[in-house]
Amino acid sequence: MSLWSRIANVFRGDRLNREIDEELESHVEAAIEQGRDPAEARRAFGSMLRHREESRDMQLIPWLESLRADGTFGLRQLRKNKVTSAAAILSLAVAIGACTSAFRLIDALLLRPLPVANPERIYDLSRQGIGPDGAPQTFDGWAYPDFQLMRAAVKNQLELIAVSYAEPVDLTYKSDEEIEKAYLQYVSGWMFSTLGIKPALGRVFTENDDLKPGGHPYAVLSHDYWTHRFGQDPSVIGRTFRMGNDLYEIAGVAEAPFTGTEPGTMVDIFVPTMMNPAVIRKDSTWHRTLAMVNAGAALEPIRQKLDATSRAFEEERAKGFLGMRKEDIDHYLNQRVLLEPAASGVSDLQSETRRPLVILGVLVALVLLIACANVANLMTAQASARAREMAVRVSIGGGRWRLVQMVLVQSAWLALLAAAVGGLFAWWSGPFVVSMINPPDNPARLLLPADWRVLSFGLVLALGVTLLFGLVPALRASSVNPVSALKGGEDPHSKRRLMHALIAVQVAFCFLVLFVAGLFVTTFKRLSHQPTGFSADRLLVLDAVTKQPQPLEFWVQVAEHLRSVPGVETVAQADAPLLGGNSWNNFVSINGGPSNGILSYMRGVSPGWLETMKIALIDGRDFRPSDTHPGSAIVNETFAKVYFDGVDPVGKTFDLATDEGLRLRYQIVGYVGDVRYRNLREPILPQFYVPFRSVDASGAPRKKGAATLLVRTSSSNPRTLASILRQEVPRARSEFRVSRIRTQLEINQSHTVRERLLATLALFFAIVALLLAGVGLYGVLHYSVLQRQREIGIRIAVGAQAGGIARLVTMEVFSMVLLGAATGVGVGMVSVRFTESLFYQVKATDLQMLAPPSLAILAGAFLAAVPAVIRAVRIDPITMLRAE
Amino acid sequence: MPKSDSLQGSLDLLVLTILSRRPRLHGYAIMSAIQSMSGEVLRVEEGSLYPALHRIEEAGWIHANWITKDSGRRARMYELTAAGKKQLGAEESRWQTVTSAINRVLRTA
Repeated sequence: MSLWSRIANVFRGDRLNREIDEELESHVEAAIEQGRDPAEARRAFGSMLRHREESRDMQLIPWLESLRADGTFGLRQLRKNKVTSAAAILSLAVAIGACTSAFRLIDALLLRPLPVANPERIYDLSRQGIGPDGAPQTFDGWAYPDFQLMRAAVKNQLELIAVSYAEPVDLTYKSDEEIEKAYLQYVSGWMFSTLGIKPALGRVFTENDDLKPGGHPYAVLSHDYWTHRFGQDPSVIGRTFRMGNDLYEIAGVAEAPFTGTEPGTMVDIFVPTMMNPAVIRKDSTWHRTLAMVNAGAALEPIRQKLDATSRAFEEERAKGFLGMRKEDIDHYLNQRVLLEPAASGVSDLQSETRRPLVILGVLVALVLLIACANVANLMTAQASARAREMAVRVSIGGGRWRLVQMVLVQSAWLALLAAAVGGLFAWWSGPFVVSMINPPDNPARLLLPADWRVLSFGLVLALGVTLLFGLVPALRASSVNPVSALKGGEDPHSKRRLMHALIAVQVAFCFLVLFVAGLFVTTFKRLSHQPTGFSADRLLVLDAVTKQPQPLEFWVQVAEHLRSVPGVETVAQADAPLLGGNSWNNFVSINGGPSNGILSYMRGVSPGWLETMKIALIDGRDFRPSDTHPGSAIVNETFAKVYFDGVDPVGKTFDLATDEGLRLRYQIVGYVGDVRYRNLREPILPQFYVPFRSVDASGAPRKKGAATLLVRTSSSNPRTLASILRQEVPRARSEFRVSRIRTQLEINQSHTVRERLLATLALFFAIVALLLAGVGLYGVLHYSVLQRQREIGIRIAVGAQAGGIARLVTMEVFSMVLLGAATGVGVGMVSVRFTESLFYQVKATDLQMLAPPSLAILAGAFLAAVPAVIRAVRIDPITMLRAE
Repeated sequence: MPKSDSLQGSLDLLVLTILSRRPRLHGYAIMSAIQSMSGEVLRVEEGSLYPALHRIEEAGWIHANWITKDSGRRARMYELTAAGKKQLGAEESRWQTVTSAINRVLRTA
């Protein structure tokens, strides 16, 4: 009760004072009633004020009380200078908001542990070695038979879990008319018990649900999917859905908030690994392997055991490798198994965005520092305006730390108000930035909780910022020398020196932000203007699926039907779109010789595909309906360069080796221009195209269950045809469905999403940085003109010219700007080394990259200087001198 | 004549004792009681009484209430709490120990 009443008394200090006074007063009255002389009674009582203060300190918490008093006073000070305070709060708010927002993203994607038991004991298995292209590479995909051997080998020390790369699949709940997409992950049955995930409804898988290939058609839904797809309907247990040819039964719902082990993808449906057709294949690396290590286990012996097991498996398999060079096989076998901590899960989004996010984080931090420098300058200027007040406080006995506290509390107000506004900004901008990382039809879904982690980050940031910009001005203010301050003659230059140093720092940071932003913007521009070798204009990409694989004739019929739809110019088929993410490759052998170790990339395409894609035919011909795979091939220029020394290869042949140990022969019938296959950054790959009509060993045509239909439309917005085409496909043949429609342009743009995000955000931060630095410069110049107006007045009175005055006012500051810019250039050049991998065809040392930020800063500085110079030149010496 | 100095450390004991005998007194009455009951030997420095009362009150040994007197003025009346009764016992025995120790020293000399 006592502590509470003392805290409460802090906030009702006036009432407390009144009550104490009243009691003391009643004592004197009682004395007078007793017949004592009033003057004597009062004298005997002593100093009422002192007794009151003593009693008061007894009844409340003195330090809290002084803090409260400083808080009220600080707020009053801020309100007194409304405009400057608002400017300071706003600039800090933008910076703090951006920082918090960046933290939210980095935390959600990279730092936050998975919501499972003992996340710190989860490790990800990968292999590190030399890739087929001769460059070092790390890959964390595994073949299931290898996984089984490894699991058995380390059974007693740790548990291994297989989790597939989560991907969107087509499935139907009621009729086959209604295909929907859901994110599906194949997982080991024992994953749930190992990670401590309980069912929210029904049951989750166990080891017994994952024993026989193809034998466990059951599914567990994520809580999130159960909520947004089924509205948490409990009757969902036992319902079935069809995926491909299999019918799955829903067995249960996993408890929230677990949505898989890949931050950036929220898994909707879990099915046992045994349901993946590739589970028996030794050559298909389709899942990650996670290890749940026992507490305190030594990792290195386990790693060595896994390494040995995996190597034995691959050595056995390598005996069947044909057409591969000895050194490539050696590289392949000499891969080293790595065990890396994966407490926050593993995903491609993580590895792709780790570096960009860290760079953005650094840019944001720089912006925050610029804002801090601004506020520090503002506080310094204010403190000097309050020098007399401080001097008075010191001379009547204000303690030094008490003064530091007073100024710091005012800074804390600024920081807290800014953090509140910034928090709102971060709350809005976090999801906005996530939405920008994504292509529209394949959104990364990231949990962005605004919980204690984010809140405490914001508070720590506000506190840190307070100390950063508040401590120096507070110390300076408190070290005031009352005698000289009251005489009005402290060294005025000392404060200006601090402010000037901060200007140099600000400009250096600002240059850095602008410079990096410029590099990102140029990278984005260069990359998105990369020629692709084909035309994406008015091109629609339809992913078509069938319930059962269908004969080629039916696929031809569907394409034929679409050609008759008004607005359609040409239609072609391919096994997958270009730049769509699917990759199919093999080593090529010429004249039966060994491969040269360079992988060649393939795509199955129908006659008319070249025309639909508008790919240049250099020599030879397009495929004819009678051409088959294996049999005929069309190759690109890089293929001719790599395998035929750049000579026109039409009419020549090459061989491919299959996993079954067969050699397949292809005759080159066409020679075409280079196109982009996987992405826009890498050098053009050697490619060849094979006919869409594929035949088996006996020459019989193979049926197809999925393919891509490419439709060139006559409308400038091909999307307008999307819904019509979606209906026309099943109308052509009822077995066919469209599972997804994209424009080729969307596919192309998805390759520059990261660059666009970086460019946009960096540009935004650059503008904020420039604005803040400009405001800061303006503030300092304004202050120094105010401080020196007497001197300027005298100079004008004795005949100084306007030019001279302008130089006097700006000289020092501009030399600081130049110093800062020079430092910025230096730091920029060095720091670019860490970001190089994100740039494309951009050199940091180019004048082209250095000039724009320098010019922008100089222009900003001139602009910021104009008002102060005008003010200085307009000083009227007569009023100025009279005022003193 | 010894004044407040002789009260050092014993003011709490005196206040608690007075209040245990005569509940509900205001500050002036407590002071007068100490003076009269000690036969005018002990005098409390008037102003210092209040910080002491407030300290004892914060400690929870006494409890205060405002009452309105007939004159319309308000006065703050103190009374002993249960904790105060316990504290009084402790203070009393401490005082006894100290004084008898001092007496012993004086006698041996």
